[in-house]
Amino acid sequence: MNPFTYARAASAQDAVRLGAQPGSAYLGGGTNLVDLMRDTPARPDTLVDVTGLPATIEERADGSILVGAAVKNTALAAHPAIRSRFPALSRAIVAGASAQIRNMATVGGNVLQRTRCAYYYDADGADCNKRTPGQGCAAIGGFNRNHAILGASPSCVATHPSDMCVALAAFDAIVHLEGAQGRRSVNLTDLHRLPEDQPERDTLLVPGDLITAIELPPLPFSARSTYRKVRDRASYAFALVSVAAALDLEDGKVRDVRIALGGVAHKPWRARRAEDLLRGGPASADAFRAAAEAELAAAVPLHDNGFKIGLAINTIAAVLGALATRGGKP
Amino acid sequence: MSNSLRINGIDRPLPADPRVSLLDFLREHLHLSGTKKGCDQGACGACTVLVDGERILSCLALAVQYEGRSVTSIEGLAENGELHPLQQAFIDHDGFQCGYCTPGQICSAIGMAAELGRGVPSHVTDDLEAGDIALTHDEVRERMSGNLCRCGAYNGIVAAIVSTQPGAPA
Repeated sequence: MNPFTYARAASAQDAVRLGAQPGSAYLGGGTNLVDLMRDTPARPDTLVDVTGLPATIEERADGSILVGAAVKNTALAAHPAIRSRFPALSRAIVAGASAQIRNMATVGGNVLQRTRCAYYYDADGADCNKRTPGQGCAAIGGFNRNHAILGASPSCVATHPSDMCVALAAFDAIVHLEGAQGRRSVNLTDLHRLPEDQPERDTLLVPGDLITAIELPPLPFSARSTYRKVRDRASYAFALVSVAAALDLEDGKVRDVRIALGGVAHKPWRARRAEDLLRGGPASADAFRAAAEAELAAAVPLHDNGFKIGLAINTIAAVLGALATRGGKP
Repeated sequence: MSNSLRINGIDRPLPADPRVSLLDFLREHLHLSGTKKGCDQGACGACTVLVDGERILSCLALAVQYEGRSVTSIEGLAENGELHPLQQAFIDHDGFQCGYCTPGQICSAIGMAAELGRGVPSHVTDDLEAGDIALTHDEVRERMSGNLCRCGAYNGIVAAIVSTQPGAPA
């Protein structure tokens, strides 16, 4: 690990002042960054510890919930309002990583974990445009069973590994930022980038930008939501495909719906095409499958991951079916 | 006390180098070698310790980040020469073969019991709004999935953990 200096931020403004310096990085629970620093893809000169910043979960009068960026993943998943009103978010978080990691990891850090694949870590043995821009991508001609099928580019086929973010994408979460130019907010679905020809940039953030909170806007049918994760092991593995969805029914029709996918793209993938097809139509198994197939029509498989297309279609259809019949309960 | 962290009840000065992980601080600086280094990348759980009663991975924790916190490692569990009940249960139920993962398994299971007591849900909890979550075998296996055992002593590990829970058969 390269040498660095360690500083603890006393406030968001303090953090931004330190974090805007060249070579600085914010440190949350460290579950991704410390690992990347040990394997050396990440070499910050200064770590600005932001785990002492506000870690409150505020239920607001308008029905929204404001989650401080330093809230631990476990605390968010266990919060009564999240469990009852946004169950897909609780279920997504507890589907991710291990209990020890969820106890360490912050909400802000979960959002800003690197989009990555195994080749990104292998500085000695593999080319990676994300690690070294312009070097090439070992995954495209390599072992790419876990890689992206949507929105990838010839420069990068890595996937964003967060489960939490898939639920946040489905719920139209808003990311509150403090930066060198003051405060602003962006939609979570706009925060992460597709790789295009700049895979070294995972998000649209600029140096100094600090996530201070995540806002869940009120959604009348968010309680009828769930998250399903398909992976190679029963627990403690990244998603091959995951689905977060919320469904609002009226007289056998889909009044409204939210769907997001994990494990398929460089960012949490909001399935807007499927949503548009479903809205106002029948809440039937055929309609669910047709919408899923339409969403995946743009998928481009690599050598080893073509199975993800059918898996994603099946999982979307199954999750919507479960929401329609059992309210998403297992 | 500032510039220190409390390890098994004793205040210890923080390492000067911020690169030192909590795991290396325990093992190399304090010679508390009970906590094990397995993968050193957050995948195996062998380095699990308790910080203020919560289980974390000491390999991914920078020691300086835990200033003022109270850390309990496997060496801190016995009291007055008496093994912690879970330590005894691992012996009674053959919860290990080589023993390398055992300190992490035991610290993890103690943290798990506290999470269960607070009603923290898991991936296999059917009813997210249930106040009490029964510690079924499925719940134990899911909640302990961050601790690998290459010997495959899982049946004994699960039996040991279940035996120490309230209401367990004697």
